[in-house]
Amino acid sequence: MPGSDKRAAGQGGFRALMGRVLQKGESRQKPRGRAQFNLRGRLAIVAGTLGLCSLTLLGRAFDLQVVDNDFYQAQGAARFLREVPIPTSRGMITDRNGEPLAVSTPVESIWANPQVLLKYPQRLPQLADALGVPVDHLTRKLSQRADKEFIYLQRRMMPEAAQAIVKLEIPGVFSQREYRRFYPQGDAIAQVLGFTNIDDRGQEGLELAFDEWLRGTPGAEKVIRDRRGRIVENVDLVRAAEPGKDLTLSLDRRIQFLAYRELRNALLEKGATSGSAVVLDVATGEVLAMVNLPSFNPNAVEGSDRDAHRNRSVTDLFEPGSTMKPITVAAALETHAITPQTKFDTNPGWIPNGRFRTNDTHNYGVLDTTGVITKSSNVGAAMIVHRLSDQTFYGYLRKLGYGQSTHSGFPGEAAGLFPSPDRWSGTSKQTMAYGYGLSVTPLQVAQAYAAIGNGGKMIAPTFVKGQRNEAHQVMDPVVANEVLRMMETVTLPGGTATQARILGYRVAGKTGTARKASAGGYARRYVAFFAGLVPASNPRFSMVVVINDPAPELAYVGGLVSAPVFHNVMDGALRLMDVAPDDLDAWLAAQAAAEAKRHPKTAAVTAGATQVAATQATTTAAPTPAATGALR
Amino acid sequence: MSLRIFLAFLIVANVASAIGVVYARHEHRQLFVGFKQLIRERDELNIDFGRLQLEQATWAESNRIDQVARNRLGMVFPEADETVVVRP
Repeated sequence: MPGSDKRAAGQGGFRALMGRVLQKGESRQKPRGRAQFNLRGRLAIVAGTLGLCSLTLLGRAFDLQVVDNDFYQAQGAARFLREVPIPTSRGMITDRNGEPLAVSTPVESIWANPQVLLKYPQRLPQLADALGVPVDHLTRKLSQRADKEFIYLQRRMMPEAAQAIVKLEIPGVFSQREYRRFYPQGDAIAQVLGFTNIDDRGQEGLELAFDEWLRGTPGAEKVIRDRRGRIVENVDLVRAAEPGKDLTLSLDRRIQFLAYRELRNALLEKGATSGSAVVLDVATGEVLAMVNLPSFNPNAVEGSDRDAHRNRSVTDLFEPGSTMKPITVAAALETHAITPQTKFDTNPGWIPNGRFRTNDTHNYGVLDTTGVITKSSNVGAAMIVHRLSDQTFYGYLRKLGYGQSTHSGFPGEAAGLFPSPDRWSGTSKQTMAYGYGLSVTPLQVAQAYAAIGNGGKMIAPTFVKGQRNEAHQVMDPVVANEVLRMMETVTLPGGTATQARILGYRVAGKTGTARKASAGGYARRYVAFFAGLVPASNPRFSMVVVINDPAPELAYVGGLVSAPVFHNVMDGALRLMDVAPDDLDAWLAAQAAAEAKRHPKTAAVTAGATQVAATQATTTAAPTPAATGALR
Repeated sequence: MSLRIFLAFLIVANVASAIGVVYARHEHRQLFVGFKQLIRERDELNIDFGRLQLEQATWAESNRIDQVARNRLGMVFPEADETVVVRP
């Protein structure tokens, strides 16, 4: 109590204080009583125990931190370190002039974590609204996968739309970058390029053939993620993303379109069901154009007709019809069975073939070898082939690529049907001479014709610019040249394909009209062929046009159906590729005739003036704008 | 004595290298962030370029050019008799 303290201090403050100081020990021991234990011993035990505990802890800490740290480090890392893929784009496909034909561009895919998202059902209407789907549909989709952590809500949206959804900040909704392929040239080139699937992998056509090359390798990086999956920090690059390589095709966009347009017009005009056209560069084997109809829009593959996906130029088989005859003639010329001057008496316009007959459309009487080609005489071809042994004829056609794939590398390429002599029936050889009883792809015909135009050297076609496949000498250069000259007569007056003539150029070609085989014989349905080489003096292009099933009541022979397509496409292609005319005289004559028609009186003067102007002018290009201007 | 100096040196070196490690790690992260930034910039530019190419290709689509030339601009291809041939 404060009162008694005051009193004691007042009675003898100093003495009491001194006594306390001097006898501290006793005065303390007094209230506790007995002093029979060892203080030091106790202290040592306590200190020792505590010390041991801390040592143990330190030791364990050391063990975990330094010696045996893998487990917890891995556990720690697993809670925030993630390896995430870095998406990469697919390489671009361009034509030979660098014009893009297939471009990958990024789009966004919206995905959600249902486990998180389902905790916020009040946000679902908002999300459904943004996605443009009914709410109940979305709810059902989510609750079906309630135990999953990943679900795509919508794939391949335009980036702006996806960003708008992400900005709503709905928990558990994220966006992911993906790539989508666009084909700016649309259906003109659809079957050749093919298309990719939703994961940007090639499915058909060149997209499939060159998938490895075009496809990039996605990279990987280590990132630190927080609880909600947001990337907090990029830690390390595991693997750099390797973008896909670009592919430059041998195709020329302009020739491709030209061929597409002309073929489409011809199909409409002639009421045909399908068609193909192939343009090859004779010297390199490069495919300059390859079109097929019907076609589809590669930017919206879903829902298009599967039948239109086929690249008919390499997958569909046709009996080549009369386009076979120059090959038959070449085989006979090379074995010296005939000469260009050999005469064939085709009277009376037919020749027996077993129980059947080989007919000509007219009785052409006596023809020389050139005449057989010019008039396309089946009887003549049959007579020629009988001078050859089965094996020679078969071997020659094999060498020219009939019955085997061209090795262009196009997926699904057909080899054609060309049975060996031991499987021939009695009539086979004679019908094969004019193109029945065997089947080829349009590309095979283009390849064989290119070999004729290339001095007998055959080169496997390629779709890649700059790639040149090995050339094989399959035909004697002299024979190749002779056949080329004979084929030139086909487009001259009296030939079967005068519509294939191109002003200013010499054209070598061959028509073909094959009746389509159907149950129990040949139906009144046709395949109209034209195969040609321009310019004939030194061929640059080999083109094959195949028009399938033209309406027979309109026109069905190759010279009327397919040859005009050849003319229109090659006329443009020769100009586009700057091929010098090899028949200027025809052009000058046509011009003089046109002048004469326009100004009957001054014709002679104008023609003379043109000659003078011609000698003065230095470029050929100069007069063209003037002519165009005058026209407009 | 020399042992003490050596020990002190080791301690100092240890601390210094520890700081060095921390610094290097920090710098690595900094540079990595910068690197990622540049990569992203490059990608964005590439993507922009790709889109522009796509746009250009879409406008330059042959069919469209053909239509515009024929219908809107009224262009036709000069016929043979409208072309002047100059003998080289």
